[in-house]
Amino acid sequence: MTWTLVIVLAVLAYTFKVTGMVLAAGRHLPPVIDRALSLIPAALIAALVVNDTLGSAGALTVDARAAGVGAAVVAAWRRAHLIVVIILGAAVTAAVRALGWLA
Amino acid sequence: MNRSPSVASAGLVLAAAVGVFGIAFGAGAVSAGASLWQACAMSLAVFTGASQFSAVSVVAAGGGTVAALGGATLLAARNGVYALAMSRLLADSALGTRLVAAQITIDESTAMATAAGHGPEARRAFWVTGIGVYVFWNLGTVIGALAGSAVDPGVFGLDAAFPAGFVAMLAPLMSQPAHRAAAIGGAAICLVAIPILPVGLPILCAAVAVVFGVRR
Repeated sequence: MTWTLVIVLAVLAYTFKVTGMVLAAGRHLPPVIDRALSLIPAALIAALVVNDTLGSAGALTVDARAAGVGAAVVAAWRRAHLIVVIILGAAVTAAVRALGWLA
Repeated sequence: MNRSPSVASAGLVLAAAVGVFGIAFGAGAVSAGASLWQACAMSLAVFTGASQFSAVSVVAAGGGTVAALGGATLLAARNGVYALAMSRLLADSALGTRLVAAQITIDESTAMATAAGHGPEARRAFWVTGIGVYVFWNLGTVIGALAGSAVDPGVFGLDAAFPAGFVAMLAPLMSQPAHRAAAIGGAAICLVAIPILPVGLPILCAAVAVVFGVRR
C-alpha cells in the first residue's frame, strides 16, 4: 500500500462529493431538473440493493443474500420497522449460509 | 419516517453494522501491507467503504497503485451523484456546513434522509446517520488494524444487512409513482449492467432512471 494511493483516492473521493454538493447548491433550477435531482436517491439506492444482493465481482449470482433480502422485502412490505427488517435480512442470510443452502 | 419512531436508533443499528465492516477493513488493509496510519488515514479521508475495500483487494492481489485507483474511483463516484440530491436538502446551510456534509454523503446517509422525507426531519436523518457511520467506520478500522485478525461479516449475514435496510428505506417511497418509476428503472438498469460493465458503473448508470420518474 502506497501513500500515493491513500492520498490520491482521498482527494478523488472528496472531489466527487464536494462537486455534487456545490454544483447545484444555491441556484434556482428549472422544476424539471429539481424533480430529477430529488429522484436520484430512489434510482441509485434501488440499484445498490440489486448490486449488493445479486452482484458478485461483475457477475450475477443467487446466494444466501438473496434469501435474506427476499425476507426483508416481505417484512418491509408488511410495514415492519426498519431495525426489524435489517436484523431479519442479516439473520436469514446468516442462517441460510450456515446451513449451506444457496452457497 | 412515519414507520420509524426514532431515526437515531435506526441510524445507530446501521452504524454498528458498519463498525463490523470497519474492523474487517482495518484487518484486511494491514494484511495487504498497509500501516496502521495508512488504514486510518484512508477511513478518515476517503470514507467510502466499497471503494476502500476495492483498493485493498487489488493491493492484496499484488496490483499496483494505478490499478487499485481505477476500480476504487468508479466506486467512489456515486457519492457525487448523491451529493447533487443532498445539496438541495442542505440548500440553506452555510458553505462550511456543506463542505462537512459532503464528506458524510454516502449510501446510508442519503437513503435515510430520503426515507425521512423533506425538511428538518430529512436533514436530521442525514446528519445522525452520516456522523454515526463515520464514527463507527473509523473506530472499527482502528480496532481491526490493531487486532489484525479479520472478522468475517458474512458469518453474521451483515453483507445482507445493508440491502435489507435500503429496502425498508425505499418502501415508504414506493407509494409515490415518480419515486417508484425511478427505483424500478434504476434496479433494472443495474441488473442488466452488472454482467457487462466494471464494478461501480452499474450503480452510476442507474441515475439515468430518473427520466422515468420526472414524467410521472
